[in-house]
Amino acid sequence: MVDLQVNLGTLSLKNPVTTASGCFGYGSEYTDFMDISRLGAVFTKAVTRENREGNPSPRMTETPSGMLNSVGLQNKGVDYFINSIYPTLQQYNTVFIANVSGSTLDEYVEIAEKINALPGIPAIELNISCPNVKKGGMVFGTNRKSASEVIKAVRKVYRKILIVKLSPNVTSIPVFAKTAEDAGADAISLINTILAMSIDAEKRKPVLATVTGGLSGPAVKPVALRMVWEAYHSVKIPVIGMGGIRSVSDAIEFMLAGATAIQIGTANFVEPAVSINILEGIGKYLERHGFSSVRELIGNLEMPEGFERFRPKTF
Amino acid sequence: MVKKKIEDLLVTGNQRLNKDYFILTLRSGDPLPAIFPGQFAELRVNHAGDTFLRRPISFYDVGREHHEIRLLIREVGSGTRQLGMLGPGDTLNMIYPLGHPFTMVDGKEFLLAAGGVGIAPMLLLGKTLKQAGKRPVFLFGARSKEQMFDLTEFEELGEVYITTEDGSMGKKGMITDHPILETGNFDGCYSCGPEPMMKAIAKLATGKEIFCEVSLENMMACGIGACLCCAQPTVHGMKMACVDGPVFNTKELLW
Ligand SMILES: Cc1cc2nc3c(=O)[nH]c(=O)nc-3n(C[C@H](O)[C@H](O)[C@H](O)COP(=O)(O)OP(=O)(O)OC[C@H]3O[C@@H](n4cnc5c(N)ncnc54)[C@H](O)[C@@H]3O)c2cc1C
Ligand SMILES: Cc1cc2nc3c(=O)[nH]c(=O)nc-3n(C[C@H](O)[C@H](O)[C@H](O)COP(=O)(O)O)c2cc1C
Ligand code: FES
Repeated sequence: MVDLQVNLGTLSLKNPVTTASGCFGYGSEYTDFMDISRLGAVFTKAVTRENREGNPSPRMTETPSGMLNSVGLQNKGVDYFINSIYPTLQQYNTVFIANVSGSTLDEYVEIAEKINALPGIPAIELNISCPNVKKGGMVFGTNRKSASEVIKAVRKVYRKILIVKLSPNVTSIPVFAKTAEDAGADAISLINTILAMSIDAEKRKPVLATVTGGLSGPAVKPVALRMVWEAYHSVKIPVIGMGGIRSVSDAIEFMLAGATAIQIGTANFVEPAVSINILEGIGKYLERHGFSSVRELIGNLEMPEGFERFRPKTF
Repeated sequence: MVKKKIEDLLVTGNQRLNKDYFILTLRSGDPLPAIFPGQFAELRVNHAGDTFLRRPISFYDVGREHHEIRLLIREVGSGTRQLGMLGPGDTLNMIYPLGHPFTMVDGKEFLLAAGGVGIAPMLLLGKTLKQAGKRPVFLFGARSKEQMFDLTEFEELGEVYITTEDGSMGKKGMITDHPILETGNFDGCYSCGPEPMMKAIAKLATGKEIFCEVSLENMMACGIGACLCCAQPTVHGMKMACVDGPVFNTKELLW
């Protein structure tokens, strides 16, 4: 048996295969198709302070090898999460990580504080990268100063594992990865969706009601892979990689680029049990290549001869 | 709740009805789960370059005895075109049964009004109504005769009225212009098709103070309530068309 266990700081996951926020509901939507307790972790849909109805429809459109969404953080608010969703999560032998979003610094802090009190949630993923809300979200994740402020403020009240989810909509990933590390993050995750647009030529109208939305799925994979690789070489904390993963090879590639764990998002919509297939495939890959632990894959990339070690240039 | 499953079904037939419409016949190796009118399946489309997500398609007919499912599909893009190329011996992977079905209510005579491929859920619904001792009356609209097909299966269940926009078949005009809407004595109506048509039927039902359900075709990514893409605003807040719908009582909708 190969060793699949990985660590995010002091949080140990039974394997590196997890499902991405907003792409796996609260887990229960998938129990007809798979045993969700086999996953390393489930990242829940974003939770905000108050109830949010999300954006108007249409909120989704398909694009070549991917999709755009502008769901916009629809959820019933943190108190509902604590009182009605959290108790149902306890029946599964699964690590649930709450994805925390807000419009203001105070909102992020208040939610983090409340979730800190839940013994069954060992970590939060701070979403400072949602492209689908007017206030907050990506506004925090694309400005170095506000990113640093919000992470530091949350760090003060949140005692467990703090994962910061980075936006791909920036010029330099190393800058933001380092900013998160310096502000106290225990791990970083990337990428969130890429700001994008779709137009109906016949109607001469944008397809999405919000005009722009976030691109996800296989279309973003090469961009995500490059960004995970850059992040890995910019910080010492673990990196969680995602963006277009739908096969065993995709998952392995992200780990070779430097990811300690991976998240599967959009692919769950096409193949509900894809995460289990990937988990089993990783085990086989390790055996085939003679590795005894999945951790040996992390950043294990053979570079072309003469290639200078990646060095963040933007500092 | 019936457990959803992912299954490879065997294609046993593909019947071309006209230029755009075809019926796929599928067979399962196992007894079928309970499937109700208005529910749908998410079909995986292979070998269609542009088609990444699954495609939601209603159940047209269910034959329990032979584990058989029929789907009525209209070609509108690359996904449905690729499905139209399936033939006997191929397999089709689908997630089913999904969604909240039409509701059976008290009453005798029911109007089933559909436009275009909105006809799809009406056969199973008509059969179910008839089995419950009720009288389905079908009112179907299309652009022209070329967009219509043999409706014998519907005629076996009840009266069928037709409108075409160009008058090439049935009454000329829109469904909502058909006199049966005024002369009929319906205890309720069910509708599926273009939104303006469903809205008009809903308005009529509200006027007559009768029950009315419609089946919506919101864009869907997952079909199982996980992505929140198919949102439908209702008087009870935001609902998901794939799990709370696709069938909604029109009193619930903010129309
Ligand atoms: C619950 C539900 C049940 C459905 N049942 C049936 C059915 O029984 N038979 C059938 O033929 N079709 C049905 N549809 C519509 C069907 O899903 C779409 O026509 C199909 O997804 C189009 O895929 P495509 O790749 O061929 O077209 P695409 O290339 O994706 O799109 C072509 C055009 O079709 C339209 N379209 C795309 N998706 C949808 C959609 N979800 N709803 C309406 N229009 C769309 C768009 O305007 C687009 O411009 C149903 C839809 C839903 C949501
Ligand atoms: C429908 C949808 C909803 C999403 N909702 C959230 C969210 O609430 N919070 C978040 O941090 N990311 C959200 N994401 C982003 C994903 O978690 C992930 O970062 C992104 O989709 C890239 O991965 P993928 O290509 O595997 O989907 C959402 C993505 C999709 C497609
Ligand atoms: S299509 Fe995903 S929630 Fe309805």
